[in-house]
Amino acid sequence: MTTTMAKAKAKGGGNLELLVASTIGVLTAAGIYLVLRLRTFPVIIGISLLTYAVNVFLFATGRLVVNLPPVLRDGVDTYTDPLPQALVLTAIVISFGMTAVVVMLALGAYLASRTDGVNLPAADADEEAGE
Amino acid sequence: MPTMETAGSFLPIIAALPFLGALLPGLMIQAGRNTCTAFTLAPTVLALLLLLISAPAVMRGEVLLFRLDWLPALGLNVTFMLDGLGLLFAGLILGIGVLIILYARFYLSREDPMGQFFTYLLLFQGAMVGIVLSDNVLLLLIFWELTSLSSFLLIGYWKHLPEGRQGARMALVVTGLGGLSMIAGMLILGNVVGSYDLSVILTQKEAIQASPMYLPALILILGGAFTKSAQFPFHFWLPHAMAAPTPVSAYLHSATMVKAGLFLMARMWPVLAGTPEWFYLVATTGLVTMVIAAKIALYKDDLKALLAFSTVSHLGLITMLLGFGTKMAAVAAVFHIINHATFKAALFMTAGIVDHAAHARDIKRLGGLRRLMPVTFAIATVGALSMAGIPLLNGFLSKEMMLEEAAHTVWAHSHWVVPVLATLGAVFSVAYSFRYIVHVFLGPERTDYPSKPHDPEFGMWAAPGFLVVLVVAIGVAPVLAEPLVKATAASVTGGGLPDFHLKIWHGVTPALYMSAVAVAGGALLLAFHAPLMRLWLATPRPEAKTMFDAVTRAATLAGRGFTDSLHDGALSRYAGIFTVTVLGAGVFAWTGGASLPATRAPLPVALLPAVGWVLLMVATFALVAFHRNRLMALVLMGIVGLIVSLGFIYLSAPDLALTQISVEVVTIVLMLLALNFLPHRTPAESGPAKRFRDAVVSIAGGVAVAGLTYAILLRDFAAESISAFHLDKSYKGGGGTNVVNVILVDFRGFDTFGEIIVLGIAALVIFALTDAVLRGPGGRWLTSWDPVGDEAGDRHPLMMVVATRVMMPIALMVGVYIFLRGHNDPGGGFIAGLIVAIAFLMQYMASGFAWAESRQRVTYHVTIGFGVLIASLTGIGAWFAGRPFLTSDYGYITIPPLEKFEWATAMAFDTGVFLTVVGAVMLALNSLSSMARRTGETVNIFPMDINPARSDDDDDGEGEGEGGR
Repeated sequence: MTTTMAKAKAKGGGNLELLVASTIGVLTAAGIYLVLRLRTFPVIIGISLLTYAVNVFLFATGRLVVNLPPVLRDGVDTYTDPLPQALVLTAIVISFGMTAVVVMLALGAYLASRTDGVNLPAADADEEAGE
Repeated sequence: MPTMETAGSFLPIIAALPFLGALLPGLMIQAGRNTCTAFTLAPTVLALLLLLISAPAVMRGEVLLFRLDWLPALGLNVTFMLDGLGLLFAGLILGIGVLIILYARFYLSREDPMGQFFTYLLLFQGAMVGIVLSDNVLLLLIFWELTSLSSFLLIGYWKHLPEGRQGARMALVVTGLGGLSMIAGMLILGNVVGSYDLSVILTQKEAIQASPMYLPALILILGGAFTKSAQFPFHFWLPHAMAAPTPVSAYLHSATMVKAGLFLMARMWPVLAGTPEWFYLVATTGLVTMVIAAKIALYKDDLKALLAFSTVSHLGLITMLLGFGTKMAAVAAVFHIINHATFKAALFMTAGIVDHAAHARDIKRLGGLRRLMPVTFAIATVGALSMAGIPLLNGFLSKEMMLEEAAHTVWAHSHWVVPVLATLGAVFSVAYSFRYIVHVFLGPERTDYPSKPHDPEFGMWAAPGFLVVLVVAIGVAPVLAEPLVKATAASVTGGGLPDFHLKIWHGVTPALYMSAVAVAGGALLLAFHAPLMRLWLATPRPEAKTMFDAVTRAATLAGRGFTDSLHDGALSRYAGIFTVTVLGAGVFAWTGGASLPATRAPLPVALLPAVGWVLLMVATFALVAFHRNRLMALVLMGIVGLIVSLGFIYLSAPDLALTQISVEVVTIVLMLLALNFLPHRTPAESGPAKRFRDAVVSIAGGVAVAGLTYAILLRDFAAESISAFHLDKSYKGGGGTNVVNVILVDFRGFDTFGEIIVLGIAALVIFALTDAVLRGPGGRWLTSWDPVGDEAGDRHPLMMVVATRVMMPIALMVGVYIFLRGHNDPGGGFIAGLIVAIAFLMQYMASGFAWAESRQRVTYHVTIGFGVLIASLTGIGAWFAGRPFLTSDYGYITIPPLEKFEWATAMAFDTGVFLTVVGAVMLALNSLSSMARRTGETVNIFPMDINPARSDDDDDGEGEGEGGR
């Protein structure tokens, strides 16, 4: 398999791995930046971006393959790696559940306190410390 | 060591009975106090019977064992052992337990919640029995901590008394800290020996004592034993624990819990004792404790405080004996454990009786009770004389043995230190014992008792009465106790006992002189008690409670200061600290190791993925740049999600692409719904410096992750992947050709099972949160909520309604198709569930949630419940075929007109997944929409606002709906 890919590289050029790695990197960087913001909404968007990054990363640990069959067929003996795919599939669904809970928490906090700030206001923090 | 399998199998039952029984009193209290007591007695008596059945074998010198592997990899096993020492202690715990339960029945008043008391008491009893029966030290430590916790509940039983609460807290802090220290010591010991089983550790004396870790382990283990057994300087918690009801004091603080420390020292005696370190640490502590506590006891006016300090003193005496390290001293220690348990428990109960009858336990307010309470007087006198060490009572025998051992013990080349101090301790002991008789029961009768004293009913004095019968019986015929003492001492010392007999008359020995000095000196001290008491009160003494309070306050302040400086309520700061820490760990790992050479050649890049990559980059950068406009941010996030889905297709993962794109739809809808109520713009708050800092952190993170990914992608698996196994077995074992789906519903079905439960719980959390928000101030605010900006004129447009109605059956059919083919082609329960949820969602968007919901027959909670239930039942089904949970099966059936069908039990499981996903997604969205309804959004009667087919009359109805706004 490695040799065919080496040939393919010689033919086409470029580097798909770098593309995927940089995608994950950019998604992570954007995710971290938004998570560090001070309002709930950008934080949620940031978490979602991190979710994409993590899911793609997990998927990529099965190594990248193009045009290989994902479903068993007669006469074929190389397939994609099914294990990371199965793990990521549930991860995507679970992360939806998580996003939904976080959105609801953010909304509830905003409705109850009229502010969508992420941090405790200084007064509240003092109050907590004084307990 | 000979073992007996059948008798050994009783051991876990004996240990479990009190715990199981602890469930009963709380329930049975409804049936009355006597029933409750009976149900508390039942497990205790049963456990005691099982113990007695096992006793003959132990007395013959056998060691009963029971073994059940629990976490063998950690060395943690459920192993129980019963030898002489365990038998003695288990017998004390259960036997005195029976008496205490009887006594408590009459002691507790009607206002006290008796069920709670007995439940705590049985919990404690179980923990104690667990300690003495454990063969595994880790198991022992668990029970050890359980005694600290359950005794906390018992000491603080009278929650309304501040002394009770403070005493309970102090006991928990001191014994709990000691327990932690003991855990560390035991772990060291286990490491040295290579096993956590006592039966192995106890055979490794040479290895342990030769190890450089011997001294640290010894000190740490003694830390646990000394705190539990209230040895100086940790003795202060015991008197404060006297705020507990008297049955607790009699049970925990005289007979059982405080003896746990002694038990531990006796248990570890064969491997730890015999060194100078052991002698100086243990014997000295015991000696000091014995003398100091006896002296304090003499000056305590509170009956229970007097007994508490006398207990500390006697515990010191036994500790000292164990510390001597000679075999005869160990015999004396064992004998005194038995004797002390009998007379001290009886004395505590008499103190409780006096308190109960006279409503006072301050000696200054008592005196002259002998005629008013003759039975109590008799019991108390026998008990106290035994404590003083008067011949023909059991206390005399063991005290004599102690003095005999002390008489020839050399301490730091000095022949007189130990004998003199031991005699001094005995003098004080005689004095406070006599005082308990003279100042409480003798003397003139008084007229100012807070309540008229009288003897209690039989039930209350039966238990202490029985105990003093034992005191006299052993005192007169010590041969009765000899077999038990021998069996116990044999297991303490590890065998090889000198031949000895317990007897009253040893001839004229130094011990007899010392005893005589003690009695005479004690009587003299009591005679001069009044002037001595004035002197005592005039001398300044360190007050343990003040010091303890100061230390705990300082610790609390330091802890709070530390926590507050780290956790100041700024969540974004935590996120920043977390990111930087992870980055630091990554840098550390990166610089610390070498990387392997790249083994895979990179793949070529075609035009299409390059275009996708550019789009994704643009969308992500735009997202960061324009994130303040929240709607735009959502749109851009949708683009990112779409391209990720396309990427999955390109990289041969159609299942993931299908899942990602359907999740994308529901996520965006959800966020849009939420955005409706949130501010539409994010204000600019951070200054350029902070933004720059965050940018640096996030770029560093991105580069790190990208580098890591790139490094992984260019290298082959370090170890062989288990994927080949899945590919190989998927069709043969799971009956499906879509390996991803077979992994989900078959190979890793248990994971999936857990995940759908998590998803269901998440949806229920959302539902509950919404409910809580709507009930609170948030709900009130929503009611008066004024939408920002213009609303759509046509909220339920004709085009959308018609289109979604037409789409509905098609979408459902796609869902069913995706579901059915899932086992063999991309698809399955997760994806089908999402697609069907989207199909419903379209109806909801077109005609409004309330309209759609009123036409829906099954609530989403039920859907989630059924989903999990079906998945569980499928899993349980495998049990009936004699296979483990969730083992799948498949086969083929032919329905005549059709072709051959394949069926698999995994299909039923996938149905469960499908239902849970549909239910969870819909419940989450439904919860959000219920907020919209709270704002006063109208519930439309018709599916669409403007319908050309409708007559004018109908339109009026719609108009009313609008007007209701």
